[in-house]
Amino acid sequence: MAAPRYYNFDTLSLHAGQQPDPHTGARATPIYQTTSYVFRDTDQAAALFNMERAGHVYSRISNPTNAVLEERIAALEGGVAGLATASGQAALHLGLATIAGAGSHVVASRSLYGGSHNLLHYTLPRFGIETTFVDPRDLGAWKNAIRPNTKVLYAETLGNPGLDVLNIPEVAAIAHAAKLPLFVDSTFTTPYLLRPFEHGADLIYHSATKFLGGHGIAIGGLLVDGGIFDWEASGKFPELTEPYDGFHGMDFQEESTVGAFSLRARREGLRDFGACMAPTTAFHILQGLETLPIRMDRHVANTRKVVEFLTRHPAVESVSYPELESHPDYALAKKLLPKGASAVFTFVIKGGRPAGRKLIETVKIFSHLANVGDAKSLVIHPASTTHFRMDDAALLAAGIGPGTIRLSIGLEDPQDLMDDLGAALRMSQKI
Amino acid sequence: MELTVHKHATYAYTGGKPFDPALPTVVFIHGAEHDHSVWALQSRYLAHHGRGVLAVDLPGHGRSEGPPLESVEAIADWVIALLDAAGVQRATLIGHSMGSLVSIECAARHPERIAKIVLVGTAVPMKVSEELLNATRDDEPLAQDMVNIWSHAAYAQYPSNPGPGFWVMGGNLRVMQRQKPGVMHVDFKACNDYVNGITAAGKVAAPAMLIVGKRDVMTPPRATKEIAAALADKRIVEIAGTGHALMAEKPDEVLDALRDFV
Ligand SMILES: Cc1ncc(COP(=O)(O)O)c(C=O)c1O
Repeated sequence: MAAPRYYNFDTLSLHAGQQPDPHTGARATPIYQTTSYVFRDTDQAAALFNMERAGHVYSRISNPTNAVLEERIAALEGGVAGLATASGQAALHLGLATIAGAGSHVVASRSLYGGSHNLLHYTLPRFGIETTFVDPRDLGAWKNAIRPNTKVLYAETLGNPGLDVLNIPEVAAIAHAAKLPLFVDSTFTTPYLLRPFEHGADLIYHSATKFLGGHGIAIGGLLVDGGIFDWEASGKFPELTEPYDGFHGMDFQEESTVGAFSLRARREGLRDFGACMAPTTAFHILQGLETLPIRMDRHVANTRKVVEFLTRHPAVESVSYPELESHPDYALAKKLLPKGASAVFTFVIKGGRPAGRKLIETVKIFSHLANVGDAKSLVIHPASTTHFRMDDAALLAAGIGPGTIRLSIGLEDPQDLMDDLGAALRMSQKI
Repeated sequence: MELTVHKHATYAYTGGKPFDPALPTVVFIHGAEHDHSVWALQSRYLAHHGRGVLAVDLPGHGRSEGPPLESVEAIADWVIALLDAAGVQRATLIGHSMGSLVSIECAARHPERIAKIVLVGTAVPMKVSEELLNATRDDEPLAQDMVNIWSHAAYAQYPSNPGPGFWVMGGNLRVMQRQKPGVMHVDFKACNDYVNGITAAGKVAAPAMLIVGKRDVMTPPRATKEIAAALADKRIVEIAGTGHALMAEKPDEVLDALRDFV
């Protein structure tokens, strides 16, 4: 027999986790729009509740449409299991709450999506979980911030807003030396551009709202368990390695050598916090995943063209994109992101806040809104929107200049995008 | 539960209930480069339905200490030592792949100790292709990929194992990667070297059940004919739509067969 190989990424995007529907033959994944599932008999019911048989009981805990999406993202990431959640925020919360609780500590990158920063900095302390924020490029800072009660290291694969490329191998090594897992937000890179488990990460989540869906029609999150981290050997996670009174005294690591985290996240976190994904949303995200590879190639190709255009434009002060030699993570991006550094980046317009405002008001194709990773191109001027309360000094401390513009490049014709930006840049300099 | 067998700390999953040697005992024996967790659903069910369950980690696998045993015969004798350590006189053995060979040999050597045997994904002899056997020695990651791909009939199964959301091939790969370096070759060589299977099967009087995956390419259905013929008291259950990883790909069907037999 010739050495076998797994299906490649593009094939997995279409097939992993799904077979034609066994009951109807439907080729597409049906939307199982149901809250609950009739038991065959009382013995099967008891067996489902006690995890003696696999199957669905109630759609807060699992659903057949969601399961296809969960298994597909696990396959695409090279992990063991996925959990679909109501939003990216819910996935982050589920990931943290499964292994951290009152008295726990998190070390997090300071270059985070604002919503993640809010959760860690303001909200989780109310529940007894403290976070130390570090410069993700400062490896010593990661190490020094670890305390005896630290449970996890957390960062984005491409940070906000400076697109700091996370040095996953190095930060993972620091985490593992301290018997801790590395948890990453892989929203910007998607498994097509980067597979964090291959570089040492242990847990991943996505805001599926972004590139995975790709259409901008559904909010959702996906949490993925790599199945590599040895919770038992770590000794720091009794939630996973000791009997849990809340679920039949189950010791999750004993039950599943490699899936303890996902078992607990589902049997406790989805069950009790209840931030599950709606099956119709799972269907929508699946439609997106099917075309993820070809869309990401196009996102990246368009981005490279627009970046090149802006670097040569007289109204542009600077462009920040990891594929540019001027970016501090240029070398790391070459190593970790050879297929592209995603489709979100920032540039600084000459003329500060007023010029930025004018550009936003003039573009026609770019939509002015608070999202990224849509099939349509998006633009935002932080100084006049998300961060408008800050003065220039406070903005700079957050890594944002008064003239900083963030673009998310979509799938339109790149020439149209450049023409649109060119016209708006010209107008922005006439005020 | 922790036992001491041949002086080594030995782990057996008891199905989520304390082990009671007074109940009819069922021992689950995993295959090469695996551990007890391949039986999670089936072992947990039987433990909650009147059986005393010992789903072992064989020596050198999972949480069990000591070196991996180098022959099927040695593992068969080890199973008896395990029963002694657990205070069990008679047990039913359920073995997958390498574990099925162990079950045959153990029942032939120790007829008074073995009530019934279940052979899941079996073939006797269990010749391992030279390419795979060499890979287990020279390139474990390649060998793990070979076994993982050859063991599964599909890239999706309903329901998934051990539950919804689990990517079965990913889970199986990680379980193999969790075993210590070197274990894989010892296991596959033990399977390959075991030549006594048909003779041993001829001595087995205990009732036997073979559970066969219709799409198994590791131990294909035709390779079970000879062993089936050699066993005196046997039944054969064929399961459609599954390869060699039967407990993962068709957990309910495997459990239903077990429930009716043991
Ligand atoms: C990098 C990143 N992570 C997480 C989130 C939160 O995801 P959601 O909006 O789906 O809750 C976002 C949303 O903007 C994001 O950009």
